[in-house]
Amino acid sequence: MTQHVLSLLVEDKPGILTRVAALFARRGFNIQSLAVGTTEVEGVSRMTVVISLDGQPLEQVTKQLNKLINVLKIVELEADSSVARDHMLVKVRTDSSTRSQVLEAVTLFRARVIDVVSDAVVIEVTGDSAKCQAFIKVLEPFGIKELVQSGAIAISRGSKSMSEKVLR
Amino acid sequence: MATETLTGAQALIRSLELLGVDTVFGLPGGAILPTYDPLMDSKKLRHILVRHEQGAGHAAEGYAAASGKLGVCIATSGPGATNLVTAIADAHMDSVPMLAITGQVNSFAIGTDAFQEADIVGITMPITKHSFLVTNAADIPGVMAAAYEIATTGRPGPVLVDVAKDAQNAKFEFSWPPKIDLPGYKPITDPHGKQVQAAAELILKSHKPILYVGGGVIRAGASKELLKLAELLHAPVTTTLMARGAFPDSHPQHLGMPGMHGTVPAVTALQKSDLLITLGARFDDRVTGDVKSFAKGAKVIHVDVDPAEIGKIRHADVPIVGDAKVVISMLIAELESQMKTTKPDYEDWWVFLNGLKERYPLGYNDTDDGKLAPQYVIERIGELSGPEAIFAAGVGQHQMWSAQFIKYERPNSWLNSGGAGTMGYSVPAAMGAKVAQPERLVWAIDGDGCFQMTNQELATCTINNIPIKVAIINNSSLGMVRQWQTLFYNSRYSNTDLNTGTDTIMVPDFVKLAESYGCLAIRVEKIEEVDAAIKLAMETNDRPVVIDFIVGRDAMVWPMVPAGVSNDAVQYARDAAPIWDGEE
Repeated sequence: MTQHVLSLLVEDKPGILTRVAALFARRGFNIQSLAVGTTEVEGVSRMTVVISLDGQPLEQVTKQLNKLINVLKIVELEADSSVARDHMLVKVRTDSSTRSQVLEAVTLFRARVIDVVSDAVVIEVTGDSAKCQAFIKVLEPFGIKELVQSGAIAISRGSKSMSEKVLR
Repeated sequence: MATETLTGAQALIRSLELLGVDTVFGLPGGAILPTYDPLMDSKKLRHILVRHEQGAGHAAEGYAAASGKLGVCIATSGPGATNLVTAIADAHMDSVPMLAITGQVNSFAIGTDAFQEADIVGITMPITKHSFLVTNAADIPGVMAAAYEIATTGRPGPVLVDVAKDAQNAKFEFSWPPKIDLPGYKPITDPHGKQVQAAAELILKSHKPILYVGGGVIRAGASKELLKLAELLHAPVTTTLMARGAFPDSHPQHLGMPGMHGTVPAVTALQKSDLLITLGARFDDRVTGDVKSFAKGAKVIHVDVDPAEIGKIRHADVPIVGDAKVVISMLIAELESQMKTTKPDYEDWWVFLNGLKERYPLGYNDTDDGKLAPQYVIERIGELSGPEAIFAAGVGQHQMWSAQFIKYERPNSWLNSGGAGTMGYSVPAAMGAKVAQPERLVWAIDGDGCFQMTNQELATCTINNIPIKVAIINNSSLGMVRQWQTLFYNSRYSNTDLNTGTDTIMVPDFVKLAESYGCLAIRVEKIEEVDAAIKLAMETNDRPVVIDFIVGRDAMVWPMVPAGVSNDAVQYARDAAPIWDGEE
C-alpha cells in the first residue's frame, strides 16, 4: 500500500463531490480521507484526497480524475515539499483528579480547550495525522467520549500557487 | 447580440436545430411535454416516435455509428429516463457520440419523491461522459452547446441533459451562439512530435510488427490514413470487433479479427509479434485473454485520444495521446522521412503469417441436425448485399459470425454492441442507421433471443417508412450461453431454450409476429431458399422485412480462446489447437 496526497481544483458545481467520490469507488481506489472547501477563486473548490493504492499506478487515478469535466487541475503533493494538516475535536472525560493531567497534555500538544464542564472538556487540535494519532493515544486512558476529525488539507511549500494557471 | 423571447422548451428545440441535428428518437411523457409542443412545429427536426425508450437510445447509437454524427434521443422523467440507461451505458462503452435529453419534474419538486421522479443524473453518472441538470431556462442554450461539444469531440461518448419541467416552461431572452463554459475540458488531438518520431524509429527497428486497430480509428475517421500507413510499411493488420471495416477485409495484409473469436492468424500474430502498433484500441479482455501472457515479446506503441487508456491494461513503450487521424498522418510523414535511410524488412514475418493464413482460414461445418448452418446464412447475406450495405448485429453467436463471415470494406458499415454486449441492440440500431443513411441497404442480423428484447421497434419502422431488413438467426436458444454450457458445463442446458424453432411450440411465431407489425415476413429452412429470401428482402422497400432463418442449434463459434486463458491456447475448432512449427 502506498499513500498519496492529491489536491484537486474543481468547478464548484452541484454533484461534483459525488462525481469524484463515485469515480474512486467504481475504479477500486481507496480513499483515506477527503476534504473539500472553497478557494481564493470564486466558483472553484479544492479537494484534498488522501488515497492508498494497492499496486495500481497513481497515474491511472489522476488520468481518470482528469476525465471528469468539472475537474480543472490535479497535483500530487509530495510530503517533503508540502504541508498537510488534520483538524480534530475531541471530548474527553475529566474529573477533579484527572483534569490537570489532561490540561498538561493539551499544552504539550499545543492543543486548545474550547469547552469545559464539570465532567468533560472539548479539545481542539491541529497537526499532521501522526500528531493527531499520538494525541488520541495520550487521551485514551482518561476516556474519549466523542471524537471528530477532518480529512487532511494540504498545500505546497513556497510561493507558487496551484490555481495560478486555472484562473479564468 | 439580437435576442428573442423563448420558453426553455423552444430554446431546447432551437438549440438542437442550430447545432445541426436533423433527427431525434423519443417518446413523450409528463415531464418532457413542454418540449414536445415546439418540437411539433420544427421544420428541421424529424422526430421518430419509438415504442420503448431503449429503442430510442439504440436508434440514436445506430444513427451515430452509421453516419459519424451525433445521435439524439429524448425521454420523459422517471421510467422514461431509466429505460434509456442501457443504451447510454452501451454508448459509453463503445464511445458513441450521443445526446440523451430527459424531462425532469419541476425544480421545486426535485428531492420530494414526486410522481415519475428519478435522479437520472445520479443514476447515469458512471455511464456518461458528462451530464447536466438544468433548472434554469436561461442555461439551456449554453448547456446544449456544451453537451454537443463534449459528446462529439475527444473520445466521443454519451452526454445526458436533464431539464426540469419548469425550466422548459419559463421564458427568457434567447441568443445564439452561447458561451461554452468548459474550463476543465481540453481534449488533446495533436500528439507530441517527439513521440511520433520515437514510434517511427521503433517500427523500423522491429521485425514482427502488427497494426492492432481498434474502434478509435473508425470514430476518428482515419481509415484512409490507416490504409496508407499499412501499405507504406507492408505490415499486417488486425481489426478488433469495434474496428471491423476500418481496414478492407479484402486487403492481403489483413489478418482478420483478434481476440476470443478471432482468426488464428490474427491471434497468433499478436502473440508472436515484437511490436504492437496500437491505434485506438484499448486492450480489452476479449482481445487479450490472460493479460500476463498476451503478446509477451512485444513492445507497445499505444495511440489513443483518451490518455487514461494508455497504460491502463498494458504498459506502453511509446505512448501517444492524440486523434488517430492526426497521429497516423504524422506517423506516415515521419516514416517516409526515416525510410529514406532505413527500410523495414518484414519478409520472414510474412512467411510465417502467410503460412498461418493458408493453414487456418475461417471456416465452418455443416450442422449435424440437417438444419441451415448459421454461418452460411450470414455469409450469403454479406455476399449478396455487398460492402456498401450496413450490418447491425445483436449480441451472441450471430454477432461473432457476422463479424467473421461478412466482408467489410468500409468504416461505419458494421454496427454492434462491443463493450457492453447489449442484447436487443440490433433492430433499433438498424432503424437508426437506416434513418441516417436512407439510401443504404441496412440489415439487422439478430438472434432469436435478442430479437425478443426490442422487436417492438418494427412498429416504428413500418409506420415511419424505415424499411430495414431483419435476419433472425433462429437457433431456438440463447446460443452463445448454450455454447458455453456445451463447452464448460457438461452440456447441461440451464434456461437457454427459447422454443422459437420450427420443431418447438414456436412462441412466438416470428413470421406471424412480423406480419402483425406490417412487415414482409419470410421463413427459411432450406439451403436452396436462402438466396431467394435475401434477394426478395433486398427488393422490398415499401416495408420492413423479417426473415426467420431456422438454423442448427449446435453450431458453435470457432476459433475460440476460453475466457481468462492465454491466447496461446487458441482453439481452431473443438479440441483442435493449431499445430506450431518447432520453436514457434
